[in-house]
Amino acid sequence: MKANFVKVALGAGLLAATALAAPTAASAKTLVYCSEGSPEGFNPQLYTAGTTFDASSRQVFNRLVQFKRGTTTIVPGLATSWDVSADGLEYTFNLREGVKFHTTEDFTPTRDFNADDVIFTFMRQFDTEHPYHGVSGGGYEYFNSMSMGDLVKDIVKVDDQTVKFVLNRPEAPFIANMAMDFASVLSAEYADKMMEAGTPENVDLNPVGTGPFQLVAYQKDAVIRYKAFPEYWEGKAAIDNLIFAITPDSTVRYQKLKAGECHVMPFPNPADLEEMEADADINLMSQEGLNVGYLGYNTQKEPFTDPKVRKALNMAINKDAIIEGVYQGAGSAAKNPLPPTIWSYNNDTVDDPYDPEAAKAMLAEAGYPDGFTTDIWAMPVQRPYNPNARRMAELVQADWAAIGVNAEIVSYEWGEYLDRTKKGEQGTFMLGWTGDNGDPDNFLAVLLGCDAVGSANRAQWCNEEFDNLIQQAKTTSDVLERTRLYEEAQLVFKREAPWATIAHSIVFEPIRSEVVDYKIDPFGGHIFYGVDLAE
Amino acid sequence: MLGFLFRRLGDIIPTFFGVTLLVFFLIRLIPSDPILMMAGERGVDAERYAELQAQYGFDQPLIVQYFDYLMGVFQGDLGKSFVTKKPVLDEFLTLFPATVELAVMGILFAVILGIPLGVLAAINRGKWLDHLTMSVSLTGYSMPIFWWALLLIMFFSTTLGWTPVSGRISVMYFFEPVTGFMLIDSLLSGEKGAFTSALSHMILPTVALGTIPMAVIARMTRSSMLEVLGEEYIRVARAKGLAPMRVIMVHALRNALIPVITVIGLQVGVLLAGAILTETIFSWPGIGKWIIEAMNRRDYPTIQGGILMIAFLVMAVNLIVDVLYGIINPRIRYKR
Repeated sequence: MKANFVKVALGAGLLAATALAAPTAASAKTLVYCSEGSPEGFNPQLYTAGTTFDASSRQVFNRLVQFKRGTTTIVPGLATSWDVSADGLEYTFNLREGVKFHTTEDFTPTRDFNADDVIFTFMRQFDTEHPYHGVSGGGYEYFNSMSMGDLVKDIVKVDDQTVKFVLNRPEAPFIANMAMDFASVLSAEYADKMMEAGTPENVDLNPVGTGPFQLVAYQKDAVIRYKAFPEYWEGKAAIDNLIFAITPDSTVRYQKLKAGECHVMPFPNPADLEEMEADADINLMSQEGLNVGYLGYNTQKEPFTDPKVRKALNMAINKDAIIEGVYQGAGSAAKNPLPPTIWSYNNDTVDDPYDPEAAKAMLAEAGYPDGFTTDIWAMPVQRPYNPNARRMAELVQADWAAIGVNAEIVSYEWGEYLDRTKKGEQGTFMLGWTGDNGDPDNFLAVLLGCDAVGSANRAQWCNEEFDNLIQQAKTTSDVLERTRLYEEAQLVFKREAPWATIAHSIVFEPIRSEVVDYKIDPFGGHIFYGVDLAE
Repeated sequence: MLGFLFRRLGDIIPTFFGVTLLVFFLIRLIPSDPILMMAGERGVDAERYAELQAQYGFDQPLIVQYFDYLMGVFQGDLGKSFVTKKPVLDEFLTLFPATVELAVMGILFAVILGIPLGVLAAINRGKWLDHLTMSVSLTGYSMPIFWWALLLIMFFSTTLGWTPVSGRISVMYFFEPVTGFMLIDSLLSGEKGAFTSALSHMILPTVALGTIPMAVIARMTRSSMLEVLGEEYIRVARAKGLAPMRVIMVHALRNALIPVITVIGLQVGVLLAGAILTETIFSWPGIGKWIIEAMNRRDYPTIQGGILMIAFLVMAVNLIVDVLYGIINPRIRYKR
């Protein structure tokens, strides 16, 4: 029977192999990206998943300001320049001229990009009375979670090429928010036309943007096709066609990469990294991710109200063992709550040394010579910043047992876990964060600010000194001054130790050797403008 | 006959209600909140949470939600996906042909290989060929699909380069789906090489999915054949001097196949379960992969709609089979 199997498979395989070479125009360059999942849709305003942004904002759209590819540096996009008023309340953007929108089956633009498009883009999300606000379910989760609704007071068209944003309070990270995916600029003319035709949801299904690639077709759960937009304002992309072959299994993605069925794949299996490294056809790229994985203490619950106890526990954790055992080497020890790829990262911070003896002594000093009993909450999901929380919890549990602290590992279903940690039911817990906009505020204020206690500040930590520093940094747009304030805040954080900072993950991206000038995006995106294929 | 048909139809109605009830409440028993799931680490403030609850109808009592859902179902409305905001029924209909195509190929593979192997083992009972066939089929039966599929990919696609790794057709081919069945659409497209590309993409998923049913069918055929071969009338046929091949193929096999056909029918459920794994591994855009993704995202309308549609189809197939039995065998018709 085995022989029969092989014969059938072989016969059919041979038949197929002769026909695998498919028809392509000799000169067209097609890059195939084996993406990890299906996009939720094609309007980045409506969603929060990276997979969706890869398929929409990062190829099809532009924003007023953008991140320079491969960095967190902000550069002009659809705005050529911007001015900030002295009180930090008004941001005036001067718009780029001659920018074209894509032409699709449903829509042929009659004018270039202008202020009306910017107004439409933001008013749709901001103004609940806007005719488009409720279209396609109307959830603007990223816009809301960045508190844009509270922050923005008004958006004014000064003239066709100038738009002014008026804020309710000075907020330096605002400019970084404008580079985020939800700020992708849509065509107002297209929206009007679809509204007239009675099919407004088409705006979200068949996107029209100004970006380097335009959507050709999406076959659900299978393939997304794009072609280079010849009139793109930065110049036509080096590749002619871009194809996303949706491949959810990481082992299969690797097999496809090896077989030459795709050029780039995200999220490799850690077990395959060694083999990838050895493969001459594959170039294994890596970079520290814009994230931090941590173990937080509930600072409003005894005995974690005492910084000495938190310090002592920090010193008992063997990070090297965790990086080896949990991240399988794909991580670097974290000493700050900020990842090193973010500006204002304080390199002078001294990490708590791994020293169980000193930890024990400090615990005795804090009044716990015999240790105590507590819990460690382990997330039920895998995240880049913590690939295996359960395993990490076990390692920490053993480390703490060595200094007399007995911890029970607790876990809940993910939604439940997030909800309960928010309310502060935990003693200690594991979590992490991946940056949204490359601004230090996005880590320090969101996760550790006094305002965030009871929401994303799950350590329930409110320290006046720290909070003053980050609030001050919010109100000045002088980057040098902000840097100084954030550096100081990181020292306060380290001294007070609301978290044990564990690690920053390392992102790996295997690409085929013929792919030229691919850059890993610190935000975890996959950007194909600027990428070429060697002949 | 008409009375029999109505009775069977009558049986379906409570089953259908049962399925809607089970699916609706079981999903909600899973301790998780789709809104919190969607918000993730970023969280959602209380005001926005209440807004979303109202938008999805979660602020209503469960029984009201169920009733609303049921009313929708009777009007052919399975709701809209929380994630894509598209009607669940549309998504189902787009993806279903891919699953059907794979399942049909899988069952064909299982039948075409399984029955001859079973016959071969039966007529060589106790000999090495019998042992070999049965141990191989036992191996096939016990093999986890995801492991078997990866093994096939690594050997035939990566090492030998004979078959593509995954997908339904080479990404270089592009045409609008007409029937949703890739083998037919690729022929209709008229593009050179499209059909062979689609066919080559079918091979490994078909083998991976068809292996377990094939093993079951082979074993069933063997035991059924052995039973029939011991019957008096076979001895008579042989004594009459009929050619051994004719005795086996015509006299024995025909009768031995009756229980085998029942087993083949039962494999439809196995195939749909197997399709979930096979589709995920081979990036096959079918309903198995779709439902798994919906479960991970707690997309209630998609999970409910998907499972309901599958249950409905299984019930419909069962009804047809029952009616066919009734036509073939009058005893079933009147026995009730």
